[in-house]
Amino acid sequence: MYAQLVKTEGMKSPEDMTPEERAFQDRIDRNEKIEPKEWMPDGYRKTLIRQMGQHAHSEIVGQLPEGNWITRAPTLERKAILLAKVQDEAGHGLYLYSAAETLGVSRDELLEMLHSGKMKYSSIFNYPTLTWADIGAVGWLVDGAAIMNQVPLQRTSYGPYSRAMIRICKEESFHQRQGYDILMKMCSGTPEQKAMAQDALNRFWYPSLMMFGPSDKDSVHSAQSMAWKVKMNTNDELRQKFVDQTVPQAEYLGLTVPDEHLKWNEEKGGYDFSEPDWDEFFAVIAGNGPCNAERLQARVDAWDNGAWFRDGLMAHAEKAEARRASARIAAE
Amino acid sequence: MAAAAPATGTVAQAEWLQRVGDNCLILGHRVSEWCGHSPALEEDIALANTALDLIGQCQLWLGLAAEVEGKGRSADDLAFLRDAGAFRNVLLVERPNGDFGQTLMRQFLFDAWHHEFLKALSDSSDPRVAEIAAKASKEVAYHLERSADLVVRLGDGTEESHERMQKALDALWPYTGELFMADAVDAEIAAAGIAPSPDSLKDGWLRTVKAVLDEATLAVPAEGWQHKGGKKGVHTEHLGYILAEMQFLQRAYPGATW
Repeated sequence: MYAQLVKTEGMKSPEDMTPEERAFQDRIDRNEKIEPKEWMPDGYRKTLIRQMGQHAHSEIVGQLPEGNWITRAPTLERKAILLAKVQDEAGHGLYLYSAAETLGVSRDELLEMLHSGKMKYSSIFNYPTLTWADIGAVGWLVDGAAIMNQVPLQRTSYGPYSRAMIRICKEESFHQRQGYDILMKMCSGTPEQKAMAQDALNRFWYPSLMMFGPSDKDSVHSAQSMAWKVKMNTNDELRQKFVDQTVPQAEYLGLTVPDEHLKWNEEKGGYDFSEPDWDEFFAVIAGNGPCNAERLQARVDAWDNGAWFRDGLMAHAEKAEARRASARIAAE
Repeated sequence: MAAAAPATGTVAQAEWLQRVGDNCLILGHRVSEWCGHSPALEEDIALANTALDLIGQCQLWLGLAAEVEGKGRSADDLAFLRDAGAFRNVLLVERPNGDFGQTLMRQFLFDAWHHEFLKALSDSSDPRVAEIAAKASKEVAYHLERSADLVVRLGDGTEESHERMQKALDALWPYTGELFMADAVDAEIAAAGIAPSPDSLKDGWLRTVKAVLDEATLAVPAEGWQHKGGKKGVHTEHLGYILAEMQFLQRAYPGATW
């Protein structure tokens, strides 16, 4: 998931569409995949670049809160699993940047937009991981929420994005299981461990609900994205599904969801639950979350401090090419 | 295979296995510190992969060390409940990461040794050792290929990358000698045919290192003074901080399972 508040162009009615746009929409309505070299409306391309870019950035910024505990993982096995997971996230970033490149934007351009603050990443990664239980909560709740969004995106209209999602979803379900497994162990452990797990749920519950983006009534960009099938469900539909799936999992762990209004609603066949604090959500998106400044600075520093490394590799590649060229000339 | 060998072994065997496992653990820890901070996404992936391989190898070596020791300890007990003085890794692997060039150079100097070392273990008289070495060897062949390739590219890259790589090499060189210094433990292990004497690996290591550094247009430092102590538990100040971080949860919540 990891794409919130993706701006899209205004929705056109069929009569306002050009013949090309009409034909394009018909293909989408027939569930045909759109491939990179084919014609697409400018707005479709721009929306996808924003959405896939935000998604890719979230994967790489997402390495930071989890990476925060790799060196402190409590056992060798947990350390190995967490390393494998964070490596997967970096790999997801790589697929997604590559998929976005098929739309005519380079990875360097996308990173520049991240570093300058023009593009965002998911608000969830601006919350700190304070205890080992947070690593469990991130896997269980954050990856759980991501799966909820990404499974339908496997059917998204843009071919490269859809195929990236299929690969990513396979790995994400393993990530969610490892997170839940961490909490299972802690919840059947000492009272201190159980308290740590409850505290992690208390802090990550509402930020996880925010991952789906604002309430449908305030979500101004959904209609066009859904018509183009770059978004498959509304924010509230997915949030409801997530709550319905997660509450019994919390009960199984013996943890309490921090919502006094949480209640099963027989009629709708789902839970009634409290909305997250949307003021907090918009504040985090605007850059005022607990870790925004640190997360972005870490990425900017990694990029700036690595300039000599990337320049060195480029220079070597050019030298090697020049040497090959002169060897060819000498041979002729 | 493991069943054929005696479960417990001599003190020297347990000590030697801890040295091998601790090298993997501490280097894996250092490499994992880069997670999310590398100069390119491909490097984040490669470093996490390298760290993962090393932690996996450490689990096998320390698992065997614990078994051979026969005191009922596990690999986790060895990793998380020993203090610095009981760690047996060489000083090279605990050197701070520095810039990415220092991290890469440390990795290359270690990989070149690690590769020679594991190859030699394929003839070990202890089948358990030979088995772990065979598995690790495949991973380490790839580590070496990658680190050597990057050393060449950066050594023969820009003026700045060349300078940084040479500086890294000069700073780390005095920590390579310990890999080849033999003591009584090594002598006993060599006599039992478990592993060759460390000094016998030096020529092969030097050949690899010189060939790569030459292609990288980097100057091989003079032999010079070589630091030692890690193999006997006398470490640099850095190891204490590594352990304070790594062992935090096990120390703060004794007896908890995770």
